[in-house]
Amino acid sequence: MNAPAYNFAYLDEQTKRMIRRAILKAVAIPGYQVPFASREMPMPYGWGTGGVQVTAAILGPSDVLKVIDQGADDTTNAVSIRNFFRRTAGVRTTTSTQQATVIQTRHRIPEAPLSSDQILVFQVPIPEPLRFLEPRETETRRMHALADYGLMHVKLYEDIARHGHIATTYAYPVQVAGRYIMDPSPTPKFDNPKMSDCPALQLFGAGREKRIYAIPPYTHVISLDFEDHPFERYRLDGTCALCGATDSFLDEVIADDRGGRIFVCSDTDYCEKRRSEQAIATESSRG
Amino acid sequence: MADEEAPLLIAEGLSKWYGRQLGCRDVSFELYEGEVIAVVGESGSGKSTLLQLLCGELTPSAGKVLYRMRNGVTRDPALLGDAERRFLARTDWGLVHQDATLGLRMAVSAGANVGDRLMAVGWRHYGRIRDTAAGWLDRVEIDRARIDDSPRTYSGGMRQRLQIARNLVSQPRLVLMDEPTGGLDVSVQARLLDLIRGLVADLKLSVVIVTHDLAVARLLSHRIMVMKDGEVIESGLTDQVLEDPREPYSQLLVSSTLPP
Amino acid sequence: MTVALELREVAKTFTMHLQGGVLLPCVAGVSFSVQAGECIVLAGPSGAGKSTILKMVFGSYRCDRGRIVVHHGGQCIDVAGASPRQILTLRRGTIGYVSQFLRAIPRVPALDVVAEPLVANGAVREEARELAGHLLGRLDVAQRLWALPPATFSGGEQQRVNIARSFLPDLPILLLDEPTASLDAVSATSVIDLIAERKRRGTSIVAIVHDPDVRDRIADTVIDVTRFAVAA
Repeated sequence: MNAPAYNFAYLDEQTKRMIRRAILKAVAIPGYQVPFASREMPMPYGWGTGGVQVTAAILGPSDVLKVIDQGADDTTNAVSIRNFFRRTAGVRTTTSTQQATVIQTRHRIPEAPLSSDQILVFQVPIPEPLRFLEPRETETRRMHALADYGLMHVKLYEDIARHGHIATTYAYPVQVAGRYIMDPSPTPKFDNPKMSDCPALQLFGAGREKRIYAIPPYTHVISLDFEDHPFERYRLDGTCALCGATDSFLDEVIADDRGGRIFVCSDTDYCEKRRSEQAIATESSRG
Repeated sequence: MADEEAPLLIAEGLSKWYGRQLGCRDVSFELYEGEVIAVVGESGSGKSTLLQLLCGELTPSAGKVLYRMRNGVTRDPALLGDAERRFLARTDWGLVHQDATLGLRMAVSAGANVGDRLMAVGWRHYGRIRDTAAGWLDRVEIDRARIDDSPRTYSGGMRQRLQIARNLVSQPRLVLMDEPTGGLDVSVQARLLDLIRGLVADLKLSVVIVTHDLAVARLLSHRIMVMKDGEVIESGLTDQVLEDPREPYSQLLVSSTLPP
Repeated sequence: MTVALELREVAKTFTMHLQGGVLLPCVAGVSFSVQAGECIVLAGPSGAGKSTILKMVFGSYRCDRGRIVVHHGGQCIDVAGASPRQILTLRRGTIGYVSQFLRAIPRVPALDVVAEPLVANGAVREEARELAGHLLGRLDVAQRLWALPPATFSGGEQQRVNIARSFLPDLPILLLDEPTASLDAVSATSVIDLIAERKRRGTSIVAIVHDPDVRDRIADTVIDVTRFAVAA
């Protein structure tokens, strides 16, 4: 019985080179969506194939991989993808943000600040920020080429007209290096400021739409807004019930059958670290 | 009134063939600031082709268009870079379509439609954008309270007036109109024409208006060009051509309009 | 005396293409001149070409031959050979024309119809309206009508609005086609007074007037246009 033998990180070397070329192009043109020949992956579209292909192309044997989904290491998707790379690449995996060299994420940026030794890989469903305003691909490409972005502000205007404020709470559009307008993937707008001047390289992969884009380290990223309706980081007004954090992005959890709710940190690693630090502190104060 | 002042728009020998099918041939004219010129003809006369050539939607097979920019320099719009032409189309020029749905963003509010050009050139203050848009709604006689409604909820006449506001908010110098009153009820037409007349006079717009309706030409234009089968067969002052038509086709056109 | 307007050997023939190209000769050899402050009345039966001559001076009709020279501001312009743009300039600042029928623009109030030529020349709208009101008052157009579009007015009221519109800008040459035709005696007198006043100011007038009484009161010279008729 012949068990299938996978190349390191599943993809063949030619494919990885093709993806790396696309990544290099993306890094050279911050925020610009580079088309790439997205491969068939052993998971359907909508499950992070873009992010997985980017990660596969950049992983090396000495890398340490962390995978999170909505901030958590232990959800089904995060676990599956981590296992996938454990099997096909044999790399070390971790839940610790600080120890990872490559972090693949769906819909969140970790709370802990990143370093210049790290790469953050985002899973992106719809890469085109203008898609819902302008369905024609020919037209959106033109708009990016000509920096013709008035439509984006039309959308924000419309938000304010309808809701009294800019109602976009996630996938909040940003402008990268003063040129391209980009969709940061469905991360909450709370995370937007983290993308700016970040020491780590940020890569974005959209498998179904076949696009890769990037924010090079220490690049200026601003969230679009109006002078009289400036961008605001939105965060649930609360404290993490587990670690007491008041500055992290919170998930709301139904705690019991009577509809009681608590808030917990979305970033599980961050929460855990804080709790262990607090435990050590309590220990040493006892001791 | 300087006669020495340079024309705003010059068409020189404009021609367009679609394969072997003639769109229009050898159209030449000069348009000065504050002037309205009507292009009149029946279906297939080439008038719509001419309009598309003037605004750069089509490239001419022969001839050229010259436009005097705000800095006084005359350029051929077809030779401008894409970005520059787009900018021009959004600031200096207006294009009013016969079908308002082509000239509006139907999915966003009226306010956003009017504010669009402002945002496209960098306005970033919501309050000011909204106030300016509301002012323009007043000017085209649309109730301010409808500023947040989508044009889908507007009547045909309102949509046309909104289209006009959307174009004029950037204070263009040249406006191209394609049958702006087409398909509208007579009373609605009258109101729209009156509005156009007033705005053209107030803002000193230069307008090329394509129409098959001689009454519209009579009301709005200083000069008229009669087109048939892709060629301009007669041109002159509007009252000259309508009262003393010389060419057989012009005489036919003028005599064919039913008196009310 | 300065000559304001001079016609030399002007001729016009209409070609009726829809009637198989039939030629309708109208006038030929039209020659006369008008001094500043002079009023010439064109006389003759209907169809003799009186309105045609006025329209050629105004540029509404194109003439086949001849010259129509307008003197104004030290310049001479031949209307017959002028470009559309030049004619528009002449109409704005030199020649006014009162047609027999007011082309009623829907929805524009009478006051604004009258004020429009001044506003088009750069006047402040409110001031132009005020002057328009004075003139309408002089012509006995009731104030309650000023805010209404003239389309619903009587023929006489429309005629007076028409006259006010052309007289307001104070142009040096005025062409009047039956200015008093629809007016009663009182209004006609107001118009005649207005014409006399303008003549004193140096305005040249070419008019078509059927009423012999009115003609006698305004004309300095009467020209019988049948002498310009073309032999059939």
